[in-house]
Amino acid sequence: MNYQNLSPQLRRSIWPVAGLLVLLLTNVLIAPEFFSIEIKDGRLYGSLIDVLNRAAPVALLAIGMTLVIATGGVDLSVGSVMAIAGAVSAGLIVSGVDSVFLVIGGGLLAGLAAGFVNGFLVGYFGIQPIVATLILMVAGRGVAQLINSGQIVTFHHEGFEFLGVGYLFGLPFPIILVIITFVLVQLLMRRTALGLFVEGVGANASASHYIGINDKLIKLMVYCLSGLCAALAGMIAAADIGGSDANNAGLWLELDAILAVVIGGASLMGGRFSLFLSIIGALIIQALTITIILSGVPPKFNLLIKAAAIIVILLLQSPEFRRQLGRIKQWRRA
Amino acid sequence: MNKTLMGLALASLLGASQLASALTVGFSQVGSESGWRTTFSESVKAEAEKRGIDLKFSDAQQKQENQIKAIRSFIAQSVDAIVVAPVVETGWRPVLMEARRARIPVVIVDRNVAVTDDRLYITRIAPDFVDEGRKAAQWLMEATDGRCDIVELQGTVGSSAAIGRMEGFNEVIGKHPEASIVRSQTAEFTRAKGKEVMESILKAEGGGKALCALWAHNDEMALGAIQAIKEAGLKPGEDILVVSVDAVDDIFTALLDGEVNASVEMSPHLGGPAFDVIEAYLGGKRDFEKWMVMDGRVFTQENAKAEYEKRQAN
Repeated sequence: MNYQNLSPQLRRSIWPVAGLLVLLLTNVLIAPEFFSIEIKDGRLYGSLIDVLNRAAPVALLAIGMTLVIATGGVDLSVGSVMAIAGAVSAGLIVSGVDSVFLVIGGGLLAGLAAGFVNGFLVGYFGIQPIVATLILMVAGRGVAQLINSGQIVTFHHEGFEFLGVGYLFGLPFPIILVIITFVLVQLLMRRTALGLFVEGVGANASASHYIGINDKLIKLMVYCLSGLCAALAGMIAAADIGGSDANNAGLWLELDAILAVVIGGASLMGGRFSLFLSIIGALIIQALTITIILSGVPPKFNLLIKAAAIIVILLLQSPEFRRQLGRIKQWRRA
Repeated sequence: MNKTLMGLALASLLGASQLASALTVGFSQVGSESGWRTTFSESVKAEAEKRGIDLKFSDAQQKQENQIKAIRSFIAQSVDAIVVAPVVETGWRPVLMEARRARIPVVIVDRNVAVTDDRLYITRIAPDFVDEGRKAAQWLMEATDGRCDIVELQGTVGSSAAIGRMEGFNEVIGKHPEASIVRSQTAEFTRAKGKEVMESILKAEGGGKALCALWAHNDEMALGAIQAIKEAGLKPGEDILVVSVDAVDDIFTALLDGEVNASVEMSPHLGGPAFDVIEAYLGGKRDFEKWMVMDGRVFTQENAKAEYEKRQAN
């Protein structure tokens, strides 16, 4: 089948997926044990599972971020919201709340509140998204530290810890959570008109307004959704280590989430989006991280290797770059 | 908190003349980025209260410009002495000169300052990172008779703690030909990264059964890593020995549970010695060592219980 004959949708997804495959294949050379998956006590165990499991927080953030970016915005606060949600849940557990629903509900509510603040500032006050969410990015971590009174709050709560370390159908529970969230949001966006509204607002907010789309409400909604996703990611992170570390939970993950969305081929200017490709983006980032650990290179090269690999993947996605590459090939032939 | 507020209210009622008689010390802290740092801040505050020192505490939120601003305001308030826990090493000369001109003695705690003229501060009170690494390695070499395949979890790349601890540790195991570091990766001093990185390292090392020990540059990473070891079906503390640095409160529970083998103390209680130096200086003493090393004890499963109970009592 010829590349030109593919549908535009398929053509768009080919590069991120190819990027991920190339990355995985690199592991055949440098760390063959990467692909070994065993079953230990009814649980799947191996580096591939680690990639999926460790990518879960960023994948969740990326789901929310994709929608925010599709409306032409950006949510810088997700890392801090993770810290807040983790701190709220930890606080509830430590203060003696036993019901797992209350603990998770408290965390989600904190995320929703944070998303509401962002969405309100962006949608109804017309503040630039980068500025509006920057406020919570900076202040949010302070709020989380305040909740924890500056300490790392550790806890033991089997029901809540299941979020981070539990297994269902042989898979780590965070993976299941990502799948559930993905399916729900995908249905919401593609089986109702909501997805079109989001893309419409992102492509042209005032035009959407004039054809009767409540652009303010759509913006408020996507930021709330992003807040909820961030809260879920934050609780997974806290449950994973059995503690809420307000200083480090979700630190700089907003940038990984944005990167995941960009690797997935979305435009930062807004418009069309693909949740699936954003998740592929998150997997690429995590596969890269784990590849670096397995390869055993000195840690001071970590970031350099990461940057180089990401640049290559992004360049491959650029139609302009591919055209130039084609030209060089033609020139050589001639 | 309430006490300080009440203290402030009382002090303002009593008026300036009363204030002048008590010792006033300005303390510029880096921030509150880790459990160790907050314990350090709390300990300085508690020590000041115990000695009846009027402490002006300033949190710089990891920014040098905030610290410089704080020091300038301490100078303007003409405090009796200034204690600085610097966030970075460079760029302190101008503001330390200002303090010197105002004849206010400065004590540096924790990290170093790079100034050519060491008369700009009385002394620096700080732990010795290289020695911490050395102590950790010595303990491990004694416990394993010098035969050990070690996994190292480094701190943040380029941080002075990571560089120093690595240097000291490698110096000692260099003398033992049958001990070596088989894997080394950074986990950025955090618990979450410690778990994530250890998880992958265990897989890269064929499940980790051939490994002898984990050497983590701080307790947080060790605490994360022992969870990964447990999830891989091994026993931390037995199948894989665990040694780290800091001796924060959480490590003692792990020591008592037998999941960690040793932790080298990096005392956060720098307040007492700093105030000792200030009081001696104001009393007329001038010849201070330029670096007063805070000696760290090695806590093992044997001596952890006593210290744990002591800390619980406080």
